[in-house]
Amino acid sequence: MNNLNMTNNETSPKELGQIALTKTVGNIYADDAKMSIRNANVFYGNKEHGEKQAIHNVSLDLAKNQVTALIGPSGCGKSTFLRCLNRMNDTIDICRITGKFTLDNNDIYAKDLDPVLLRARVGMVFQKPNPFPKSIYDNVAYGPRIHGLTNNKAELDEVVETSLKKAGLFNEVKDRLKDPGTGLSGGQQQRLCIARTIAVSPEVILMDEPASALDPIATAIIEELIDELKEKYTIAIVTHSMQQAARVSQHTAYFHLGKLVEMGKTEDIFTRPSHKLTENYITGRFG
Amino acid sequence: MPSITEKVAKSLKKRHKKEKRFRRAGFFAVIFGFMLVAILIGDITSKALPAFHQHWVKLDVNYKDTWLNIDDSSMGSLKKANYRKVLKKSVYEMFATTSAKKLNGKDLAGKSLSRKEKRSLFKLFSTNAEFTIKDALTATPEHLNKKINVWIRLDDDVDSYLKEDFAVGEAGLRLSKQQAQWVAQLASEQRIESRFNFSFFTSSDSREPELAGIKGALTGTLLTMFVTLLLSFPLGVAGALYLEEFAPKNRWTDLIEININNLAAVPSIVFGLLGLAVIINIFGLPRSAPLVGGIVLTLMTLPTIIIASRAAIKAVPPSLREAALGLGASKMQVTFSHVLPQAMPGIITGAIIGIAQALGETAPLLMIGMVAFIVDVPNSIVDSATVLPVQIFLWADSPERAFLAKTSAAILVLLSLLLVINISATVLRSKFENK
Repeated sequence: MNNLNMTNNETSPKELGQIALTKTVGNIYADDAKMSIRNANVFYGNKEHGEKQAIHNVSLDLAKNQVTALIGPSGCGKSTFLRCLNRMNDTIDICRITGKFTLDNNDIYAKDLDPVLLRARVGMVFQKPNPFPKSIYDNVAYGPRIHGLTNNKAELDEVVETSLKKAGLFNEVKDRLKDPGTGLSGGQQQRLCIARTIAVSPEVILMDEPASALDPIATAIIEELIDELKEKYTIAIVTHSMQQAARVSQHTAYFHLGKLVEMGKTEDIFTRPSHKLTENYITGRFG
Repeated sequence: MPSITEKVAKSLKKRHKKEKRFRRAGFFAVIFGFMLVAILIGDITSKALPAFHQHWVKLDVNYKDTWLNIDDSSMGSLKKANYRKVLKKSVYEMFATTSAKKLNGKDLAGKSLSRKEKRSLFKLFSTNAEFTIKDALTATPEHLNKKINVWIRLDDDVDSYLKEDFAVGEAGLRLSKQQAQWVAQLASEQRIESRFNFSFFTSSDSREPELAGIKGALTGTLLTMFVTLLLSFPLGVAGALYLEEFAPKNRWTDLIEININNLAAVPSIVFGLLGLAVIINIFGLPRSAPLVGGIVLTLMTLPTIIIASRAAIKAVPPSLREAALGLGASKMQVTFSHVLPQAMPGIITGAIIGIAQALGETAPLLMIGMVAFIVDVPNSIVDSATVLPVQIFLWADSPERAFLAKTSAAILVLLSLLLVINISATVLRSKFENK
């Protein structure tokens, strides 16, 4: 049925790619913004070998204590954009970033701001579970230890326990906290990484396709967890799965070829997208 | 038309054959290499064995005070006495009485021997025999003016003759017919005994093969390796970490990388020249010292360690770095609590390759004077010393027959040292891997 409706205004993927974007459709503003990004541009490469622009003029807000999903086809710059939010791109020499990024109205790219401090406030969970090759306990305790968040062993024990509980992992691992974190299953490893991130008590958690390497059951657990975590944290999640975006997020931003095409409330984006690209993507025309 | 299955089956046969052939070739390559090593070790061991025992002879030493040239029996005069004369007279006496029994009763020492015979008789015994009999008397002074059995070393030529039984008496050979006869006589009187050669491990180099040992060279090697390891490991790892984790990637670091790779291929003797010109001549450090040797070998080992360490550091998954960075770890914390432990097994392997290379190095040490003939065992890193490979080189160059076995024995010791280092490195490595 869908197909029949679409035949009239069908556009080939090649044409879609060439559609010039001037302005983001929808609403990029949030009433209570934790982070605001204005006119972000990201370039890769150096002048000699030609520079490639990965992100074009993206502006959006991350609403406080809500989940914002970044969706879009592969290579559209979602992950690159996400990594700008805690300055992970600083580690890449050939990456150049312009624009204004603020956290609680403070510029996170200010010269006097240490990225280490920023990353303690803006935590990150990666696509592939990457626990340290240390014990489960040490994995979670690592953040509090390096930042000196606890004063004694008892406090640290408590932080580890609450973090593991928040990540819904404590009951599964409480008898083997000394075992290596790498010995857990994929889903457990990812929850361990989430526990490790929240042990530092960040204000924002960035998740880069946290469930893409997991089976449906583990994914469901992670999604539930994200829903619980938003009570305390502001979350931005990159995902390839539109169902996942629809399930866990309150706001959705659709990226296409490095541009933010459309942003708005999740239910609006998925029920009545304004832009044709968004519509084609969420109805499965390409991506 | 043959079906797909038939076609695949046909090609499969060929593929299996190919695999079999490759397997066999690989197996033979391993066997061949193994055989070569076995032949090498077997050859060295068989040549080295004679060096681990040596022949001693029991002499009737007559500690006459007139021969000793002393008036009293105080320790001071015993220490200064003329033991060479005692040894000579005792030996002449032994052979005179055994070969000319009819003249008994009088002081016959050497009466029946001609001057030339005396000289060649005395040559049967090691040059340090007089010290052996001196030690025997000073240990038990009551033996003064008594005839005592003392075991002394035989000369290396006699030792070799007893071990190998080569031809005697011809021109150019080390033992005359007469000397061989005396040796046979001593043997028939049960006066000759083969003993384990402890002095090979407890004494230093000597011009006399029967006295030469490897303690000095072994100590020198250990001291030099200590200095090398102490300098090259931290420097190499720090350099590799800086280049991989901290340094900006630009033209300068590229240049440094190319130079490090080139340094790894520089002939080692060049480093020796550098050591001579800079470390000894400009900085005035003592020549022949393990300190200088260690510094020179460090220069030689550093590129190897840096290259291996960089490869190991590169192999650490970036996800690990990102995980730590994402938690707010500083660059330093990421490097030392995650990257370094992960890279450690690889770094240790590189360091061991470097140290093993340095252990067998001779050429650069020749340039800084570690080739000198040194009889003392070095006590510190600034004492004059030599190292095992140089000792092997020196002994292999010596004309005395007995040094042939010593050379092989020293090679065995060097190889064992290498084995010990490799085994300890493997243990250390697996410890880091299991962490």
